[in-house]
Amino acid sequence: MIPGPFAYHRPKSVKEAVAMLADLGEDARPLAGGHSLIPMMKLRLAAPSDLVDLAGITELKGIRAEGPDVVIGAMTTEHEVIASELLTGKVPLLREAALVIADPQVRYVGTLGGNAANGDPGNDMPAVMIALDATYHLVGKGGERRVAARDFYQGTYLTALKPGEVMTAIRIPVPAAGHGYAYEKLKRKVGDYATAAAAVVLTMKGGSVAICTIGLTNVAAKPLNAVEAAKIVTGSRLDAATVKRAVAAAEAITSPASDRRGTPQYRTKVAGVMVARALQRASARAA
Amino acid sequence: MATVQISLQVNGKAVVAAVEPRALLIHFLREELSLTGPHIGCDTSHCGACTVDLNGKSVKSCTMFAVQADGAKVITIEGIAAPDGTLHALQEGFRQMHGLQCGYCTPGMITRAYRLLQENPKPTEAEIRAGIAGNLCRCTGYQNIVKAIQYAAAKIAGVPFQEAAE
Repeated sequence: MIPGPFAYHRPKSVKEAVAMLADLGEDARPLAGGHSLIPMMKLRLAAPSDLVDLAGITELKGIRAEGPDVVIGAMTTEHEVIASELLTGKVPLLREAALVIADPQVRYVGTLGGNAANGDPGNDMPAVMIALDATYHLVGKGGERRVAARDFYQGTYLTALKPGEVMTAIRIPVPAAGHGYAYEKLKRKVGDYATAAAAVVLTMKGGSVAICTIGLTNVAAKPLNAVEAAKIVTGSRLDAATVKRAVAAAEAITSPASDRRGTPQYRTKVAGVMVARALQRASARAA
Repeated sequence: MATVQISLQVNGKAVVAAVEPRALLIHFLREELSLTGPHIGCDTSHCGACTVDLNGKSVKSCTMFAVQADGAKVITIEGIAAPDGTLHALQEGFRQMHGLQCGYCTPGMITRAYRLLQENPKPTEAEIRAGIAGNLCRCTGYQNIVKAIQYAAAKIAGVPFQEAAE
């Protein structure tokens, strides 16, 4: 399969890239790792007039601690996320989630920013970013604005990213030391999107849940913030009855598509199972 | 469509070429450079038959444009053996351990395993299986591929290869 023709550009800075995107118009697309965009172009589901390759922009790379946050350049690859000692120490949920994305070859090339900005409900990082309460740095010709991950997703391939804007970085508030975390994903095989997946971040105090957030992957047109489920478990000791109520609350907000991964009913039940497992594993890990 | 000039190193040789931006790296390697070792299997970045090494990373060359490889160092299966034709430990391992049947996945498997052993010279069986999770084989059931990689790791480390008890 060969994509349709396009013109290729390789800017050296974010400023140059957004100026190019503004000049080239709405049919131009930024190219990150390309592991979502290129397959779509090969299927002719996408036919951009121009690709603005972000690979040559060094300011989009790198992982750094900044006050209470870690800031990750949008072009940081999943492989680099997995290999980062800083992230493994401060936000280990990212490594756990990155390890179940696609396969080694794809993770060498696929980027954190691409996964977060793409807007496909099958992407894993959006629910993780929702659970972590991350903020996205978006830069357009008019300058930078910051949008919370929890406000970013609007529907399938619909996000707050405007034409001509580029996601430059992801800012994550470092969860409290001793927090528990888990990303539970059911997939049919390596490389598949989730049948359903759940990201949990929590802290425990005296055997009870002090703070909890839950994100859900691929069970609606956009990643979900399971606020009610998180509220139900907060203050509890994660006893069976409470977990059951939280699972029901999480299931209640799903509206998965019917596809080869299963019927909507099945995928909703899987989402509940993933929430229960993630809560269990996160609490076992919490100090 | 206008072409773009790229220069890269492929299997140690400098290459300068004019490519259409939409030309995929796999097509460039196979059709322009006649390096037909990397195969097109699924053409959807699942099977790994097209795997090549690019700047020290295993990549699926069906999901990358040739222009993205501008300035890169690329190694294909053709560049794995020594210049005098002596087989690489991995190639020897695949032969000794019967790590292939039809052979279609083998160039991608070996190229991927080449990078895996650079990053992790003493992988456990589980690490080998995770490391080649992006390469599909429809013949072997993977058992002998894992053995072939273990054989190569032992040979590179200079220790005798011992097959794990079944």
